[in-house]
Amino acid sequence: MADVNRGNRPLSPHLQIYRWQVPMLTSILTRISGNALVVAALLIVWWLLAAATSESYFAVADAVLRSWLGKLVFLGSIWAIWYHFLAGLRHLYYDSGRGLDIPTAEKLGWGCIIGSVVLTLLTVIIL
Amino acid sequence: MRYLTDRKRAEGLGSAKSGTLHHWHMMVSAVGLAILIPLFIFTFGGILGAPYEEVVAYYSRPFPALVAGLTILIGLYHFKNGAQIAIEDYTHGIVRKLSIIAVTCFSYGLMATGLYALIRLAL
Repeated sequence: MADVNRGNRPLSPHLQIYRWQVPMLTSILTRISGNALVVAALLIVWWLLAAATSESYFAVADAVLRSWLGKLVFLGSIWAIWYHFLAGLRHLYYDSGRGLDIPTAEKLGWGCIIGSVVLTLLTVIIL
Repeated sequence: MRYLTDRKRAEGLGSAKSGTLHHWHMMVSAVGLAILIPLFIFTFGGILGAPYEEVVAYYSRPFPALVAGLTILIGLYHFKNGAQIAIEDYTHGIVRKLSIIAVTCFSYGLMATGLYALIRLAL
């Protein structure tokens, strides 16, 4: 027979039930940073298209990318790309079956957070 | 003694029923991007801010153009697959299908636009 108790079953605990921990924070940041990077991708492709079209169109796109808002987006994107880069390497390490015990996973999580900030600062200094 | 291997006992028990190939594609593109992203950050970051003639001349050279082309291609392929997983996690039914189609069209559209721009700059 069909499930007569539909909609009235116990629910599994949702996110807000749990105490925040490094692995769950670094996991969701991976997804957020990855998806947010599409904004930078869109701006870069638009900038290239403008450069390929004409000098006057390039001036428009270049001004947008180099405005304070553009610089803010790129600063955020530099952090996002380095964070996603480190988190991705961590995923590849996890996929090899290593680093899955809690102390190691927490250390790797802190490595992603601290490493991404250090790499962002280095990139801003170099560029 | 167990007659079934670990794999045989686990196979088909996941909720998704498929996805190994999807994950493998994420891994392969991740390795590619691990090489490309540092190269792209410092080639694109180095030329952003330069005048129009310099930008055009820079992207007419093979190395910056190939790094940019591969980063756009593989980066957006990785985005398409990653965003699809997120959509599948949070949405259901028709919204899920339409979102996946939209992300796929957007990703390939942006890929094609980027490559078109680079080819025009190079020629």
